Amino acid sequence: MPKVTVDGQEIEVPHGATVLQACELAGKEIPRFCYHERLSIAGNCRMCLVEVKPGPPKPQASCALPAADGQEIRTDSDMVRTAREGVMEFLLINHPLDCPICDQGGECDLQDQAIAYGRGASRYEENKRAVTEKYMGPLVKTIMTRCIHCTRCVRFSEEVAGVDEIGALYRGEDMQITTYLEHAAKHELSANVIDLCPVGALTSRPYAYEARPWELSKTLSIDVSDAMGANIRVDSRGGAVLRVLPRINDDVNEEWISDKARYQVDGLALRRLDKVWLRKKGRLQQASWDEAFTAIAKAKAGSSVAAVAGDLVDCETMFAAKALLAALGSDLLESRQTGMSYPTDSLALVNFNSTFAGIEEADAILIVGSHVRWEAPLLNARLRKAVKRGAKVFIVGPHWETTFPAEFLGEDAGVLHKLPGHVGEVMSKAERPAVIVGGGGLVAGALHPALALAQAWNAGFNVLHFSAARMGALMLGFAQKGGIADMVNAKPKLLLSLGADEVDYSAFGDALKVYIGHHGDKGAHAADVILPASAYTEKPGTYVNTEGRVQLADKAVFAPGDAREDWTILRALADALGVNVGFDSFTELRAAMAAAVPALGREGLADYGPLPKADAKAKAAGAIVYPIKDFYLTNPIARASHTMQRCSAELLHGEDFAEAAE
Amino acid sequence: MAERTIEADTPELRARWGNFAWTAENAAMAKEIVARYPEGRQRSAVIAFLDLAQRQIGAETNTQGWLPIPVIEFVARELDMPVIRVLEVATFYTMFNLVPVGRFHVQVCGTTPCMLRGSDDILAACYKRGMKKGHTTEDGLWTFSEVECMGNCSSAPMVQINDDNYEDLTAERFDHILDELAAGRQPKPGTQEPGRHTVEPVGGPSTLKAMVTENHDYRGEW
Repeated sequence: MPKVTVDGQEIEVPHGATVLQACELAGKEIPRFCYHERLSIAGNCRMCLVEVKPGPPKPQASCALPAADGQEIRTDSDMVRTAREGVMEFLLINHPLDCPICDQGGECDLQDQAIAYGRGASRYEENKRAVTEKYMGPLVKTIMTRCIHCTRCVRFSEEVAGVDEIGALYRGEDMQITTYLEHAAKHELSANVIDLCPVGALTSRPYAYEARPWELSKTLSIDVSDAMGANIRVDSRGGAVLRVLPRINDDVNEEWISDKARYQVDGLALRRLDKVWLRKKGRLQQASWDEAFTAIAKAKAGSSVAAVAGDLVDCETMFAAKALLAALGSDLLESRQTGMSYPTDSLALVNFNSTFAGIEEADAILIVGSHVRWEAPLLNARLRKAVKRGAKVFIVGPHWETTFPAEFLGEDAGVLHKLPGHVGEVMSKAERPAVIVGGGGLVAGALHPALALAQAWNAGFNVLHFSAARMGALMLGFAQKGGIADMVNAKPKLLLSLGADEVDYSAFGDALKVYIGHHGDKGAHAADVILPASAYTEKPGTYVNTEGRVQLADKAVFAPGDAREDWTILRALADALGVNVGFDSFTELRAAMAAAVPALGREGLADYGPLPKADAKAKAAGAIVYPIKDFYLTNPIARASHTMQRCSAELLHGEDFAEAAE
Repeated sequence: MAERTIEADTPELRARWGNFAWTAENAAMAKEIVARYPEGRQRSAVIAFLDLAQRQIGAETNTQGWLPIPVIEFVARELDMPVIRVLEVATFYTMFNLVPVGRFHVQVCGTTPCMLRGSDDILAACYKRGMKKGHTTEDGLWTFSEVECMGNCSSAPMVQINDDNYEDLTAERFDHILDELAAGRQPKPGTQEPGRHTVEPVGGPSTLKAMVTENHDYRGEW
């Protein structure tokens, strides 16, 4: 390991580290614009200049200089200080002084570093350059005059997203960043360039001019738009969630989130259920909580009660429902709304066992029935990383546009039983192969056949779920042997729907359907009683992602109107039905849940034990159908969101929203 | 601000250039160019391909040629690379014309050595013929631009017209060259100074005189 001296302090740095990283290890702050840990090194902003001996007697760009044994690095000399001032002065020559009307104000790298490392005044008296606005789609607002040409956005779309669409045209002073012919950026991670942009050139279009960063209260939370469990920060003011930003978690989302996770939140204020509704003479009418509870009690369901959990609910809500049903003497619980009935006796069998960080190391990957780009965009970015390291990818299922080279083996799941020779050869010769089964594969019965292949190849076995609630629900036993069909056959008199919007309610005949949820979507339309509940930003909760990682989310804002936190509704319902669920507070509920399922009481990866042996008799058959038809409209919050509706119309269905010059 | 802009992507442009393809001759040339690079590195040929396409369009339209958007997309398809990467290259190099140009692209050097040697007269001669910086004349004959140093300072002032340099110009010599070109004849490229061949010293060598006739060994004289 090379030993370097930073400002007189001797430290050892890892092989391959740059001088910038060495300085950071020594606790020195190095200003930078173009350098980013997760992108390739560009070295074009020149802000990270330091003095390095031995070497030419001039400041060096530390981000692109490898740290070598015996280097003497100065970050505090006069040369460095004046170099930084000079670079900053040049950067500001063409940067407009429009901070008061810039959305980046308050969280702008250029602003902060100009204060810390700038001269404080400009000697430039000529005209500044101006650049025409570029259209980048419904999510990214551009003010390209502010661009300082760091090319982070170009590198992100090429390297991480894998969609070459942003580029730097022209040269020198005339250089302009744009998408090809100003087409909208069309991938699921496009809005991450907003976070990457160190200035206000790329800002958030839906959030434009909404708030200043210092006005917002920041709450740590977990995303529920897919089963990745991306770590997010919810920024809110008063009762409104204004935006969602990613938090850094290298095990889960690195520092990206999908566009849906980021922008579905405007749906939290629309189509909300904020009153109690009761169906009288075939029409839903407003009612009071008491009337609703009386109506439910009047059904006299006894133990003939069932609960189905939706895709977005937290573990506490599901546990409260489970406790209520147990007190009533029923265990008719299900979470797989669309009728899937894969075996759940071993949770390792339906878990993403390789972990997200681990799948990057795989060198051969077989994907069975998963449109990964839509079902888990962040996992897709990981797969791209694996492919860039040399992994081969094979996909069983209908064609989708991959962001890495992949071979499609056929649309029918039956192909698993007669894989082409070269696939078996690559997979069995690989050192760290992995198999991923998606929702489409589960429906086609590919679980055990894929497991058999994985065990034959000694490969990591993974199931990629799509619903944020799925793993938590399975841990809490929200699964019947025959899936939701078993529940239909049991003909319950009372059906509790915990925000379940994908269920075919007509199958339940004249059961009293109680919808406990937050959006007036499909579930609410079918309900007889609607009890308004909280969305994921409005309650604390435990979520388990598809790799079995237990994570906690905090409450950012209060639910609107009469809506309550879900568990309090279920607790009150228990009183109305005259049973005792054994908890009176959220703390007691959590404690009871941790006692019942200890893994839910500990943050981090849950241990599901070893994988069972594959059932050799199981056969996969039938054309694979991906569960997602429209990436932007997969849950009730997103369906209510204007931003997501516009993304769907413009990016997926080709409607033209190109606007007249703003 | 930017002097260079991309010709707008209109339905007419697509109709005109949408089915651009190599001529038989250029197809063979393109194959040869790609073969210069290792397998899988065909992207390295992007500059050569853009030049070839521009020349083909030039031959087709009897101009210096330019690169419409559909042709840039064609090159991207040929080389299996994202079109934005091709566009980046095409917009970076000023030798690639992004808008239609005339029969002759007159590039007058106005940098210091040429200016000291009289490039202002050359520019004036251009203006006299109705040329405007960055524009093509009405008759489609001349596209005129002022450029920075082209590296011919020892025979300044100079002008580059299409692929040839014309050096040691005066307004009269320059006028003569333009007249010849307009008449369809090819004037002698290079220096226009009578008796000068390339950039050798005017009026005979002033140093290393003994080297003119023989390979003189100067070492004893130092």
